[in-house]
Amino acid sequence: MRKLALLACAAALLPASVALAEWKPSKPVEFVVTAGAGGGTDIFARAVQAAVQKNNLMSQPIIVTIKGGGSGAEGYVYGKSAEGDPHKLVFGTHNMYVLPLAAKVAFTHKDLTPIAAMVFDEFLIWVKGDSPIKDSKGFVEAVKAKGGQWKMAGAQSKDSDELITKLLDKSIGAKIIYVPFKSGGEADVQVSGGHLDSHVNNPAESVGNWKAGKVRPLCVFNREPLAAGPKVTETQSWADIPTCKSQGIGIEQFQQPRIASLPGKVPAEAVTFYQDLLRKVAETPEWKDYVARTAQTGRVLIGGDLSKFIDEDYARFQTVFKEQGWLVQ
Amino acid sequence: MDNFNDLMHGFQVALTGYHIMLMVAGVLFGILVGVLPGLGAPNGVTLLIPLTFSMDPVSAIILLASMYWGALFGGSTTSILFNIPGEPSSVATTFDGHPMAKQGRATEALSYAFLSAAFGALFGVVVITLLAGPAATFAHKFSSPEYFAVYFLAFCCFVGLGGASPFKTLVSAGMGFSLAAVGMDTISGSLRLTYGLPELVKGVSFLVAVIGLFGIGELIATMEDRLEFRGVRARVSPRDVFKTMAALPSYWVALIRSSLVGCWMGITPGGPTAASFMSYGLARRFSPRADNFGKGEPEGVISPEAADHSAGTSAMLPMLALGIPGSATAAVMMGGLMIWGLHPGPMLFVDQKSFVWGLIASMYVANVVAVLIVLFTVPLFAAILRIPFAIIAPLIVVVCFVGAWTVSSSPFDLWLAFVFGLIGYLFKKTDYPIAPLVLAMVIGDKAEDAFRQSMIIHSGSLGAFWSNWLCGTLMTLALVLLFWPLLSRLVPHRSKAIAGDAPRARE
Repeated sequence: MRKLALLACAAALLPASVALAEWKPSKPVEFVVTAGAGGGTDIFARAVQAAVQKNNLMSQPIIVTIKGGGSGAEGYVYGKSAEGDPHKLVFGTHNMYVLPLAAKVAFTHKDLTPIAAMVFDEFLIWVKGDSPIKDSKGFVEAVKAKGGQWKMAGAQSKDSDELITKLLDKSIGAKIIYVPFKSGGEADVQVSGGHLDSHVNNPAESVGNWKAGKVRPLCVFNREPLAAGPKVTETQSWADIPTCKSQGIGIEQFQQPRIASLPGKVPAEAVTFYQDLLRKVAETPEWKDYVARTAQTGRVLIGGDLSKFIDEDYARFQTVFKEQGWLVQ
Repeated sequence: MDNFNDLMHGFQVALTGYHIMLMVAGVLFGILVGVLPGLGAPNGVTLLIPLTFSMDPVSAIILLASMYWGALFGGSTTSILFNIPGEPSSVATTFDGHPMAKQGRATEALSYAFLSAAFGALFGVVVITLLAGPAATFAHKFSSPEYFAVYFLAFCCFVGLGGASPFKTLVSAGMGFSLAAVGMDTISGSLRLTYGLPELVKGVSFLVAVIGLFGIGELIATMEDRLEFRGVRARVSPRDVFKTMAALPSYWVALIRSSLVGCWMGITPGGPTAASFMSYGLARRFSPRADNFGKGEPEGVISPEAADHSAGTSAMLPMLALGIPGSATAAVMMGGLMIWGLHPGPMLFVDQKSFVWGLIASMYVANVVAVLIVLFTVPLFAAILRIPFAIIAPLIVVVCFVGAWTVSSSPFDLWLAFVFGLIGYLFKKTDYPIAPLVLAMVIGDKAEDAFRQSMIIHSGSLGAFWSNWLCGTLMTLALVLLFWPLLSRLVPHRSKAIAGDAPRARE
């Protein structure tokens, strides 16, 4: 009898001790999207949601909320105010550390706990489909020939697209006029409609018009060409686009990380739980399909690698922002 | 004929038992979402998207689109009954719909709204069916100056029509433009008018403002009046629905003009809200019963409703063909498209024929389903007005604040809604028109962006707006409409008529 009771005790203790070491969400987890509904960040959060749900990686349900006001500041401030709450995962981009540079917002990236950068979106130079410009050399010549009248469309102001434009200015040695729109989709219509000369959209923002021959990519801001995949047009796949560096444009790499973060001051066990969860997500076929379909680069950065990346990227933005006089105050 | 064959193929896709079931479910859910202010169609689509992960893309878009149609119908119901627009695009329906309900003609107003909405929607789908190719190419002609011209035209259609004093209209519009400027500025990337309050970074939500200005403002005014809705003795008879149906064809001019305005605004894309305002403004200017507008004129219900729905349906075209969403709801649906692995663009019409034409065919069927369902519920909804004011008023207050909360779950928005309620009441008492404020909030931000983009592109020259025939025509037309009262005064015969009409209009 006593033996049995002891066994029962041991059996009861066993899961308890495991539970101590292993944190698990005890209520539904909120995925906070720091951009508009239907945009890249929304699709990122929903791809994680779909991978988690289809593979039963988490017992608690997921609720996606859109808080994209003020270029995402709404969502980050919401994440900041949820300090210590490990049931909120904030989905964003480098906006997390770039926004506070240029605008007086009520957060800094130190207010959040970055968990993982899961995927990196690429930037390419695009021109109109029937443009005589065939490659980067032609692009550089055309910009110079326009004598300060070349018009670049882009999404948002003082963000990646305008930053790349400024870097191009320097590399080419000619001034480009930057015209900000609300989204990459709007910028794409301006270029495919022949109203503006070029843009630097992400692959997913322009793939529809590329297929139709309305816009054409010239080069990608990456050290390596993009991952091989099925042909997008009749002759080309993403991997066939040369890198800008190899074509004589002095910007080695420019990528936009997609980062999931917890609020500040959360228990270390919770951080471990989400790191494991997102690692598992990155292995699922649904996730791999999402990465390939949107022609992004799948690369998971966690822990020390992630903070090193953020510090370097932050410093790079800060330098350009300082030169341009965009720093707030 | 190609389009016709494709459409028939689409009907084969849409007319399966499963898809019709999805349409009914979507429409019912949409009506619910539309009736509750704050919880608009974009929120409804957002709520449904996780459900669609495991669906076929055609089934998923049919469900989401049907919900949208349901929400558009539902939004008009509360506009008419309680002066609370359930959807931003049904604001203009309150101008004449609510006065009609107050006169005990709620059944008539609801029937006019639903029938003309259905007409507008079907008109929009026919346009999509016939013009899928050319219309998509036409939308490509639009750059920033053209966009500005479209918004400017919408604004001039509405503002130049007189009624209230020009000074008061200007003040109201000015307030709207300032409110639209709050938050992050697209062109400079800096924050404006936030006074260091984190709650203002996301801007002032248009929905919260509308809930306050109309819903709460109306309640305060009603309380002061008589503590009851004047629609109490409303006859509720299903026969009224049929009578309205018979009377509708006599408004054919308004129906067709409004549907054209709607298609134009849906494709260009100015959006359903701007379309309904523009259509109301035009109707008021050109109707023989112009004096009766704002006092319960059926044409004032028919015009915004037909335009709203034809814009809502035709906004699907630029979304599918170009990836430019013509409305907030279309933007969320576009996100859905990407999640299902489809990329909006001209090739969608070539690569995904079943998807595109299945959706278009479902728009015919779902709108018929939706109008049958809502017409059936008209007597039910109209009967709500017979509930004593003391019971219904607290319920409306609750619904208003819940609506303001759902916009972004921010306690600050509740205070905003309350303050807007007081402003709405003061506006009513002092005879300031609310409509210019609302319109300025809707299109102010977009118009400003388009204007400043044009200035960047054309190095600061106002000639940008007359640089080609398209925006030149739009701008000139807008200016003519804006100064119409002055221009018509130049013609001697008209001047007498206007002088005679003016005092009557103010009664």
